[in-house]
Amino acid sequence: MNIVVCVKYVPDLAAQPRFTADHRVDRAGGQLSELDEYAVEQALRVADTVPGTHVTHLTVGPPPAAEALRRALAMGGDAAVHVSDAGIAGSDAPATALILAAALRRLTPDLVLCAMASTDGGTSLVPAMLAEHLEWPQLTFAAEMTLDQGGTVQIRREATGEVRHLAAELPAVVSVTDRIGDPRYPSFKGIMAAKKKPLDTWTLADLGVPADRVGPAARTVVDGITARPPRAAGTIVPAEGEGGRRLADFLSTQKFI
Amino acid sequence: MSDVLVLVGHLAGPVGKAGLELLTLARRLGDPVAVCAGTVDERAVETLGRYGARRIHVIESDDVREYPVAWVRALADLAAGTRPVAVLTESTPDGRETAARLSIRLDGGVLTDAVDVQPGPDGPVITQWAFAAGYTVTSRVVGGIPIIAVKSNAAVPEEAPATPMVTRSPLVLDEADRRTRVVSREPRESTGRPQLTEADIVVSGGRGLGGAEQFELIERLADALGAAVGASRAAVDAGWYAHTHQVGQTGVTVSPQLYIAVGISGAIQHRAGMQTSKTIVAVNKDAEAPIFELADYGVVGDLFEVVPQLLDEVTRRRA
Repeated sequence: MNIVVCVKYVPDLAAQPRFTADHRVDRAGGQLSELDEYAVEQALRVADTVPGTHVTHLTVGPPPAAEALRRALAMGGDAAVHVSDAGIAGSDAPATALILAAALRRLTPDLVLCAMASTDGGTSLVPAMLAEHLEWPQLTFAAEMTLDQGGTVQIRREATGEVRHLAAELPAVVSVTDRIGDPRYPSFKGIMAAKKKPLDTWTLADLGVPADRVGPAARTVVDGITARPPRAAGTIVPAEGEGGRRLADFLSTQKFI
Repeated sequence: MSDVLVLVGHLAGPVGKAGLELLTLARRLGDPVAVCAGTVDERAVETLGRYGARRIHVIESDDVREYPVAWVRALADLAAGTRPVAVLTESTPDGRETAARLSIRLDGGVLTDAVDVQPGPDGPVITQWAFAAGYTVTSRVVGGIPIIAVKSNAAVPEEAPATPMVTRSPLVLDEADRRTRVVSREPRESTGRPQLTEADIVVSGGRGLGGAEQFELIERLADALGAAVGASRAAVDAGWYAHTHQVGQTGVTVSPQLYIAVGISGAIQHRAGMQTSKTIVAVNKDAEAPIFELADYGVVGDLFEVVPQLLDEVTRRRA
C-alpha cells in the first residue's frame, strides 16, 4: 500500500497573523497544521497493520515549509516531497490542488490522506479538488475510516441531521476530522530518524505544471483585509447569590426575554 | 439579467431557511434559479417563488442521494447551458465538497465561508471572516464562473414574490461520478430544538458542567429560551455531548443573535466558532477565563447556582 499524506505549513494561530502588502499570509515562523497530524496518524496506523505500506508526506509551500514535512516524518513515515518554486507564491486552493495533483500522479499512491481543513485558510476545498483532478472518488470529513483487503475504503461522516457511511474503491482521497483518533507524539528517536529520511524538492518544471496556471494566475483576489474591531468591553458582575437574576435583567433589557 | 444557480438540494419537506437565505443573496446578483431534487411539490414551488426564485430546476433522479458527486454533474450540466453569473451553495461540508469539484470542472473560481455577498463592477464581492474570525476579508473571483459557498445566517431571508417557471431534467452520471457512494444513512432523532447553525439563540455548555447528566441544565435553559444547544470541544471530547453540537474550529461556526456560554473558558478553538455572535453572555466561576473578554455580559460564579436561578426568572417573566 502506497499512501501519500498532504500536509500544510501554516502560521502559528496563537500568534497575531501577519499579511504582506498584496494580501498574502506571511508564512514565516510557521508549523505543521495541527489538523494534519490526524491524517498523518491514520497513515501510520495503516502502516502499523498492513505490511509493506510506504508513507510519503507531501507539501506545497515556500522553503520553510520543509519544517512541516520534518515534523510529519518525526511522527513516522518513509519519505517526503516538497514542491517549492518561486512561481507558486499567491496560489489559491485550485492552483494548490493543481500542483498537488501533478505531484500525486508522479507518486502514484493507492490512498491520499488529508486533514478536514487547514488551520489557516480553512476552506476544506483541496481534498475534493484533488479527487476531481485525478478522477478519483473522495471521502471527506471522515470521523472513522476502515480499509478492507479487497481495496475498498469506507468512512463514517457525522453530517447534519444524520450519520452517513460512504465507500469507494482505491485509489481514493480521504479527508479526516479530529474525531478519528489522537495523533501520536514524535519520540526522540523519531525526531532523530526523521533527519535521515529522504526529503525531495520538486519544482513546477519538474512536474510539468505551467507557471501561468498558478501563483498570480489565481482565480480569486483579495481586495482587503482588516482586523475586526475588538468587542466593546462588557459588564462583568459577581454572582453574589443574585447571578441568575442579574443575567435575567440583562436579557430583559436586550429583549431576549 | 443573468442566471444565478442556487443549490437548494434534495427536498423531503418544507424548504429550509438556508435555501431561502441563498435565494435572498442570489437576487442581488441576477435571476435566481433554485436547483433541487426530491419532493418538489406545490408548496415548495410556492415557497421558492415567494423568496424570489425565477426558475426552479428539478433534477429528476435519486442519484443525488446515492452519489455525492451527482450534484456536481447536475450543476455543471446547467452551467454549460446558461453561463450563470454565479453559483451559490451552503458552506457546509456537503456544499464545500460540491463547490470544490465544480470549480475544477468549470475552471471557475471558488470562495467559501461567505458572510456577505454583494454585486460589484467586476462581479460578486464576498466578505469572509478569517483567522478565528479576527479579520474581515473581501475577495472576488477573477476569470471563470464565481462559485460561492455561503455560511448560514449570512442574510435574513426576504420575500420578493416571483412566479417561477419549473423546468426538469434527468441526470446522466458517468462512471467517475459514481465512484463515491453512500452505503447507509442513520437519521438522527430530532430533538425538537432549532438547528445549531440556524438558531437565533444558542446555549452552550463546557468543561465546567463536569458531566453528561449536567447537560440537562443546558437543555432546560435552551428550551426555556427556544434555543439550540452547543458544546465546547472539551465537553465533546469528554463524551458528555454529541460531536454534532460542537461549536468551534473543528465543529460548527455559529453567529446567533444571542450566545450563552456556560462553564466554557473560551479557548481560541471555541472562540473561532462563536465570536461573531451579536450578543455574548458568559457564566464561569473563573474571573480570568478568556470568554469574559468577548462577553457583553458576564457573571462570575457557580453555574449550578446561576443557571437554575436564571431558569426560574425566565419562566416567571414569561408567565
